Amino acid sequence: MIQAILDNLQTIYLIIFAIFLGFELISKVPSVLHTPLMSGANAISGIVLVGSILFLRSCASDDYISLGIGSLAMIMAVINIVGGFAVTNRMLGMFKKKSS
Amino acid sequence: MTTLLIVQTAYLIGAICFILGLRGLSDPRTARRGNLIAALGMGLAIVASLFYPIADDQGNYLWIFGSLIVGSAIGWYKAAKVEMTGMPQLVSIFNGLGGGSAMLLAFLELRAQMDSADKVTLGVIAFTLFVGAVSFSGSILAYLKLDGKVRDKHVILPGHGWINLILLAASIALLVLLIISPSIGMALAALGLFLVYGFSFVAPIGGADMPVVISLLNSVTGISAATAGFLYGNQIMILGGILVGASGTILTVLMCEAMNRSLLNVIIGGFGTSTASSASQSDQDLSVQTAQPMDVAILLNYASRVILVPGYGMAVAQAQKYAKELDEMLSKRDVEMYYGIHPVAGRMPGHMNVLLAEVDISYDKLYDLDQSNDAIGETDVALIVGANDVVNPSALDDPGSSIYGMPVLEVWNAQQVVVFKRSMKPGYAGIQNPLFFKDNTKMLFGDAADSLKKIIDELKNL
Repeated sequence: MIQAILDNLQTIYLIIFAIFLGFELISKVPSVLHTPLMSGANAISGIVLVGSILFLRSCASDDYISLGIGSLAMIMAVINIVGGFAVTNRMLGMFKKKSS
Repeated sequence: MTTLLIVQTAYLIGAICFILGLRGLSDPRTARRGNLIAALGMGLAIVASLFYPIADDQGNYLWIFGSLIVGSAIGWYKAAKVEMTGMPQLVSIFNGLGGGSAMLLAFLELRAQMDSADKVTLGVIAFTLFVGAVSFSGSILAYLKLDGKVRDKHVILPGHGWINLILLAASIALLVLLIISPSIGMALAALGLFLVYGFSFVAPIGGADMPVVISLLNSVTGISAATAGFLYGNQIMILGGILVGASGTILTVLMCEAMNRSLLNVIIGGFGTSTASSASQSDQDLSVQTAQPMDVAILLNYASRVILVPGYGMAVAQAQKYAKELDEMLSKRDVEMYYGIHPVAGRMPGHMNVLLAEVDISYDKLYDLDQSNDAIGETDVALIVGANDVVNPSALDDPGSSIYGMPVLEVWNAQQVVVFKRSMKPGYAGIQNPLFFKDNTKMLFGDAADSLKKIIDELKNL
């Protein structure tokens, strides 16, 4: 356990800094942007896709269970990403400020 | 070496794109560009992953590209087709898919590594399985609730708070067992229980609390992506996941603050129904003043400043397009119209803003809670369209009320209040609204869209 913490010290730093960064970045978002922020952030959580690509690439070509489930995981992440960014873009396209 | 350097650089740029993208998303002027920058970062991360050097590369590119194409097609189609009223459902389902993906990945990694992995790795896998599964089944239930396929009362059991506590304890126990003696059977059992817990966790949270649970699930999905990233030692996954986790957490806190309730209170479940009975007794003693569309049209015609307070009822009645029509008509008569948006109006954070943006209402006319309350004192007419609990004065002056302490839009400070309502039925919180009985309040009964339409017709004749 102690060894594991020492081995992953940089990752632990990354996690802590990322948490602070996240709160700093978003703490002053106006309420008009709550939904787009949520769906845009939601699309970013599809980054788990990277894991599924790396998994599929290292999995034996005749292990159809792994390939099947791995592809399903990837499809789910891709829907999350493409759908999330597309719908956010569509929504933001409607947000207009008209000069009065 | 060189490939690895290029790939890692691409990941780093991708991560920077996420940061810049989120920063852009927090300002209306840069939001659209921010979203595109984040999408660009994601594209970079995907391409980099295709070239990432791995020890025994099996390729399997057919599977990878197949999944990319299928997923993109489905995602694009859904995003292009959705009506803005269906947005809360869509956001939930997308969110659940992200969590589900992390869940499947954790299962696969467990299957591949259970004989070789050390306890720390197993712990990360088991935790990813847990948060991924909770996000997945919780989001599915949230979707079903938002879509009206499941009603709150069908899934709430007596003593649900205790049931959830027991399920959580059992989940933690299985999670630990899975780390101690990993096997496929144990993993499936744990996965099953985690899914049940996610479902049961969301079950008692309904109606007006949906914005809280949606942002909370969003944050959970981010965490699942981050822990999966820990598993692969992949920095962009960790950073991306945590940024999402943080943004979801901030929104959750904002939503809770807007209701003056703690997160725990929301999670344990809905408003008490006990106060409903005491309030309903006094109903008969009080009478309301009703108005006809014609009266409201005259009021509006002679007003100089009008606030419209939308709520979930506006979304249900699809009344936003008539709000826009009324807005245009009034601005021709030099009547200023603005919109008072309560943070928890609707079923997801920012729900009303999206609906009003869809009908082309400029966002600088959408006032938040504080702006609205500052402006209401100098407002002639307040139109309450499908909102109820967010304009309830009990929140300020009745310590016995279950919404006491919740910040509300103080619409009664306007000269005249017109409440659009189908009937005298109380709102989600199940409590009576004294606003309806105030001297300067008039009730306009009927479908909100219909009523607005009639007012517009009357105005044309004035």
